[in-house]
Amino acid sequence: MRAPSESDIAAGEVLLAVENVSLSFGGVKAIRDVSFDIRKGEIRAIIGPNGAGKTSMLNVINGFYTPQEGRITFRGQTRNKMRPHDAAAGGIARTFQNVALFRGMTALDNIMAGRSLKMHRGLFWQLIRFGPAMAEEVEHRLRVEEIIDFLHIQHIRKVPVGRLPYGLQKRVELGRALAMEPDLLLLDEPMAGMNLEEKEDMSRFVLDVNQHYGTTIALIEHDMGVVMDLSDRVVVLDYGQKIADGTPDEVKKNQAVIDAYLGVAH
Amino acid sequence: MFYREAGQYKTSYAADQATFPILQDRIGIGIILFVAAVIIPLFGNDFLLQAVMTPFLVFALATIGLNLLTGYTGLLSLGTGAFMGVGAYACYKLTTIFPDVNIIVWIVCSGFFSAAVGVLFGLPSLRIKGFYLAVATLAAQFFLSWCFIRVPWLYNYNVSGAIEVPQRSLFGIPVTGPNSAPVTRYLIVLTIVVVMTWLASNLIRGRIGRMWMAVRDMDIAAELIGIRLLNTKLLAFAVSSFYCGVAGAMMVFLWYGGAEADVFSINQSFTILFMVIIGGLGSLVGSFFGAALIYILPIILRFVPAELGVPLNAATVEHLTFIIVGALIIVFLIVEPHGLARLWQIAKQKLRVWPFPY
Repeated sequence: MRAPSESDIAAGEVLLAVENVSLSFGGVKAIRDVSFDIRKGEIRAIIGPNGAGKTSMLNVINGFYTPQEGRITFRGQTRNKMRPHDAAAGGIARTFQNVALFRGMTALDNIMAGRSLKMHRGLFWQLIRFGPAMAEEVEHRLRVEEIIDFLHIQHIRKVPVGRLPYGLQKRVELGRALAMEPDLLLLDEPMAGMNLEEKEDMSRFVLDVNQHYGTTIALIEHDMGVVMDLSDRVVVLDYGQKIADGTPDEVKKNQAVIDAYLGVAH
Repeated sequence: MFYREAGQYKTSYAADQATFPILQDRIGIGIILFVAAVIIPLFGNDFLLQAVMTPFLVFALATIGLNLLTGYTGLLSLGTGAFMGVGAYACYKLTTIFPDVNIIVWIVCSGFFSAAVGVLFGLPSLRIKGFYLAVATLAAQFFLSWCFIRVPWLYNYNVSGAIEVPQRSLFGIPVTGPNSAPVTRYLIVLTIVVVMTWLASNLIRGRIGRMWMAVRDMDIAAELIGIRLLNTKLLAFAVSSFYCGVAGAMMVFLWYGGAEADVFSINQSFTILFMVIIGGLGSLVGSFFGAALIYILPIILRFVPAELGVPLNAATVEHLTFIIVGALIIVFLIVEPHGLARLWQIAKQKLRVWPFPY
């Protein structure tokens, strides 16, 4: 894992900034002129009612969607759109709302796949799988085993992930993202569909990743208890617009947020 | 009881990632290789070597080739026959232009030509998937089939339009052409297939194999972990076509001894695809099972009536064989839609706990 001191951006400075981003699909405006930033080392929550544009926002940061307007600045580099592999190479990892694991592969292979970018031996060495190729494989296996230990999934190492229960799949997916040693980790509803115990486990992992590895985390979550406990700052979206931004306490008291969640009397 | 890994401790990750981590598997593969390389050449007759084992191995290699593309990378292709043809014709041209170079070198090198053609026709795979990609590769199949007939340069302006394998020797022993012994050709095919299967098994367990399977299982997530889809897919096309090309060259040079363009027609593509599906998508051992079921089973069935003393004429036997094989394919697919490889896996799992039910 990348220690925070190694990084070119000190803790507390802006790691990623989104400025005036607008995204529409035909006539549907998914995101309207949204700006916010994510600071190095923090846990940043993105919340909002269903259809507010949270996942679209992550997709823009990731490079899956190209916004019509606006700019994204990541690690001091400003661009109009990201490309998925540039984002990955730059250190942005991501998990999905509905688990997007490689179902035919074992948990171990899934996490190893997360290290594809870090492995460099070419076709020739891969074919003979001997000497340097094997050394590289083992070296990365060691790092992956650290992650497996960290997430307590030793017992399911060699199980095809398609056969795992949902909670464990979410954990393997987090493992795959961690294997990329990201600077910025985007979690799209990491606790969706989990019971209380699983939520507590996952919250602990999120906090540990943040504190232990110094990874900056942006998460989308519907469980307000989790959001308020975990996050340092919260940005609230509604109908594609930013309606609030601040610490959990500020956001909780914000009238616009209360209206968005509870509705307004007409 | 006998097949279990209990007590076989791994003390290093390298040992854990070995080709055959379980001792019983190592013994098993040793016995199979011994039978294939020593027993069969010593005691097998020409029919077994020439008409059963050599074609089976050639088909198995082509099936592995398509399996790398369809089973491991999830790209459906109907151009296998054409890619095999490219290998065969490339090998033929190379050995006519440079007759002094060892034929084995050309058989392996012809794979590069088919890999290049494969990459070219793999380009649409970035934008289209599934059945639509199959239709795009169908274009390759028809275009290349057309070339094999309409470009006389490819078959050296031969009046019959066929390629005839010239005699080539290795250490003074004829390996191709009419004078070569079936056992020599069988041993060469066996060596190439064993080596290339081993290379393929290395490839699929390493970084590239994981990238292919990642693209197959969830291409969005694959892109997100930094895998470039186009490069990965084109590499799969290249390696797959390489295997098919070598299989095609071996088919003509070490099995048929000569071929016309229709050997590499769409039917060949379908045969290989069926072998992949019945053997099991994404399994190397399944590729051998699939090739065996579709190629060897009909041969065995043809002998059954004669052995049992049932008086049937050859045509009836032929028809019955078709019916039985067709029915068996359906039965196997209903019993296990994931192919024979999955049946094999289940059998191994049961062996592990035998004689107890679980």
